Parts: sequence; C-alpha cells; structure tokens
Amino acid sequence: MQSNWSQSAAETEGLTVEQAIANLQSPDLSLRYYAAWWLGKFRVNMPAAVEALIVALEDEADRTELGGYPLRRNAARALGKLGDTQAVPGLIRCLACEDYYVREAAAQSLGMLDAPAAILPLMELLTGGVEEAVPVPGRPHLTQPYDSVIEALGALQAKQAISLIQPFLEHPQAKVQYAATRAMYQLTQEDSYGQSLVKALEGNDLQLRRTALSDLGAIGYLPAREAIARCAVENSFKLLALKGLLEHQAKLHEAPTQDTIQVMTLMDSLL
Amino acid sequence: AAVQDLASAEVEAGISTLIAVLGYNNPTAAVAAVQGLIQIGSPAVQPLIEQLDDYNYGARAYAIRALAAIADPRALDILLASAATDFAPSVRRAAAKGLGALRWSELPTNERSTAQVKALETLELILQDADWSIRYAAIVGLQRLATTSELTSQIQGKFAQLLATEKDAAVRSRVQFAQAQLFSITSD
Repeated sequence: MQSNWSQSAAETEGLTVEQAIANLQSPDLSLRYYAAWWLGKFRVNMPAAVEALIVALEDEADRTELGGYPLRRNAARALGKLGDTQAVPGLIRCLACEDYYVREAAAQSLGMLDAPAAILPLMELLTGGVEEAVPVPGRPHLTQPYDSVIEALGALQAKQAISLIQPFLEHPQAKVQYAATRAMYQLTQEDSYGQSLVKALEGNDLQLRRTALSDLGAIGYLPAREAIARCAVENSFKLLALKGLLEHQAKLHEAPTQDTIQVMTLMDSLL
Repeated sequence: AAVQDLASAEVEAGISTLIAVLGYNNPTAAVAAVQGLIQIGSPAVQPLIEQLDDYNYGARAYAIRALAAIADPRALDILLASAATDFAPSVRRAAAKGLGALRWSELPTNERSTAQVKALETLELILQDADWSIRYAAIVGLQRLATTSELTSQIQGKFAQLLATEKDAAVRSRVQFAQAQLFSITSD
C-alpha cells in the first residue's frame, strides 16, 4: 500500500511513530488516547500502527463515568483515515458497542474504507425506521448515529439500502434529513437530491449551512459550485467543499477540464 | 493646500474606520471594507500594515487579502512573515496568493530580483506544509510569480517536480492547471 503520511510534518508535533505506537499500550491512559488521535491525524498507515489501533478497538481500560470508551472512539476514527481494510472486521464489531460515540466513529470510518462487508451490519442499525430514531432521554443524541450510518451506506454504494434510507428524508432533525438526501443522491444520481442540498445553503442556521456544504463536497455535486462559493460560511469550509467537487472530477478525468478549471477559479478567489 | 490637507485627513480617517470594520466579526461588512481599502489603494498600505490585528485572525485575514489585492511591494515583508508563520491557515493562504503578484516594477531595480527570490523561497518552503490548502495557495502564488517575474523556468521546474511527489488529488489538479496556464503564456 502507498504510504500517504508526511514524516517530517508529523514529527514536528512532538511524537515519533515508534513512540505513538508504543504509547497505545502506555499505563498512562491519556497518552494512549492522544497517540490514537495522532496516528490518525498524520495518517500513519504503517502495518504496526494499524495493528495496534485494531487492538485498541477492544480496549477495556479507558472508561468514562457514563461507561463510554474514549480510546475505542479515537482508534475507530483513526482507522478510517488510514485506509487499511484490515480494520473492517474490528470496526463492524464496534457497531454493536454500547457506547454511542464508538458506533458513530465506526460507521463513519467504515464509510471511508472499501468495506462492502459492512453494508448489512450498517443496515441493521436502521431497521426500526424513523419511528425508533428518537432522542435518548438525558443525552444529546438519538438512539443510533443515524446520520453517520446513512452517510456510510451512501458512500459504500449500498443500493439495497435505498428503501431503508428513503423514509429518513422526512426525519424531524435537519442533519438526518441532509444525510439521507446526500446518500439518496449517491445511490440514485437523481438531480433533485443535489438541488435540495443547494437550497439548504440558504438556511438560517450557520451549523446546518456548514453541514450542507460538506454534504455537497462529499457527493461532488458540480452544479453547486457557484452556490458554494457564495454561501454565508467561512472560506475554509467553502474551500473544503469545492475541494470535494474537484476530487470527484479528478477521479473521472486525468487532466483539468472546463468544469474543474471553473471550480479552481472559485477556490482561488476564496484564498 | 488647506483643502488638500483636509481631503487627505478625511481619507486617513476613512482608512482607519475601514480597518476597524475588519475586526467586527461581520463578514458582509468586512468584505465591503476590504473592497473600499482596495479602491483607496496605496495610501491604505502603511495603515493596514501598522494596524494589523495581532489578536483577531479573522481581521488579519481580511487585512492581508486587502494588501494582496493592492499589491504594493511595501507589503512584501508582512506577506512573507504571514505566509510562513501565521498560525491561522486563512491568513497564510491569503499571504501566499498575494506574494505572487506584487507590483515588482515599483521597487528599485537593484532590489527587485532579491525581493522576487524571497517570495519564491517562502512559497517553496510552504509547499511542504501538511495542510493541503496551504500547498494549494502556494501553487497559486507560484503561478502568479511565474508570470510577474523572471523566475518562470525555475517555477515550471518546481511544478514538474511537484507532480512526482504530491499525493492530494485537488492540489495535483491545481498544479496541472498552473502548468497549462504557464504553457499557454510562454508559448505565445
């Protein structure tokens, strides 16, 4: 596999790769937690790092007062960034973890990996439909990480999940609606879904405008380029969304096209 | 002469007001103030440099965008420092873009090439940054520097070298776009 991390940049941040991997087993739990984040941040996709992070998905030592597993969350997040499919079985097991945030991180990472084996386990988290997708009393989240699960199914091209995802277009929470809209676009390529995300760029809530921007970037919806550049959001978010459009085109065409040149011209204007 | 003094005093007060607006955390007003400062041009350069906000990186990014667009070479040192060491990526991106397109002809002939080489060295340095958006902005700066200076062939060589090492698809696309633009200019 191609190594995609920058050693010089990473090591200026205070750790070496060997230290970070060793720290995943440190008696000091905060060092374990930081090491997992660090390996993901700098995309250290060496086999030794991947193996150590997979072991950390089963960690029992690092617990919060409410029973959460902070190290598992960070390890799951990091493994999505490292692009090694050896992590898939461990991440699928995490979908059953009692900690909501471990399930959320695992769903997000499975969507980033080439993981067709994750489709059925992800679909199972949606089986109760919108009726069961309600807030957990006393917690700031729903029963499942619906938005992350739906986004992962879209990214994995899980066409068999279309009928399961479609009802979530009507979910009361906007971020779940957007996730369903984004996945439906990826699964059907129907323009109307892209257009509803473009419309969401004009909403009143800054956080939701940022979400819609990142959704448009994730699906590479080219007709949104002008609306993205105009949207009332910080330039760094717009640049990232336009980068998504550009990357999507770069997969289809080796050399720049008229479309990608327009996207880059917009990006240049946001620097 | 009195009227002239009064007019320039008003312009100065106006400049300070516009610079203050950059820090109000109101993007619409800040964008309008940047446009106003760009229209004022050269008289705004020294106040922009002196009143650069050390505490508010949002205000600093707008000020650097204004300096980059005015393109007065008196901003060279502040653009070099901002591109290389500011902690805020938005400030660094604006400075990198600005470094490519200063009006070098306004510098004395004996300083011109030294200044251009400084811009080149800083842009090459930040091409190694871990943040893709900084590398992207450095390429935009280099492309502009290639058209405004005598460093064209050096920069073309750098771009060819980059395509061999750069992994990010978006940054690669920007290098290819820069190469195509430079090719169409140099082959005219």
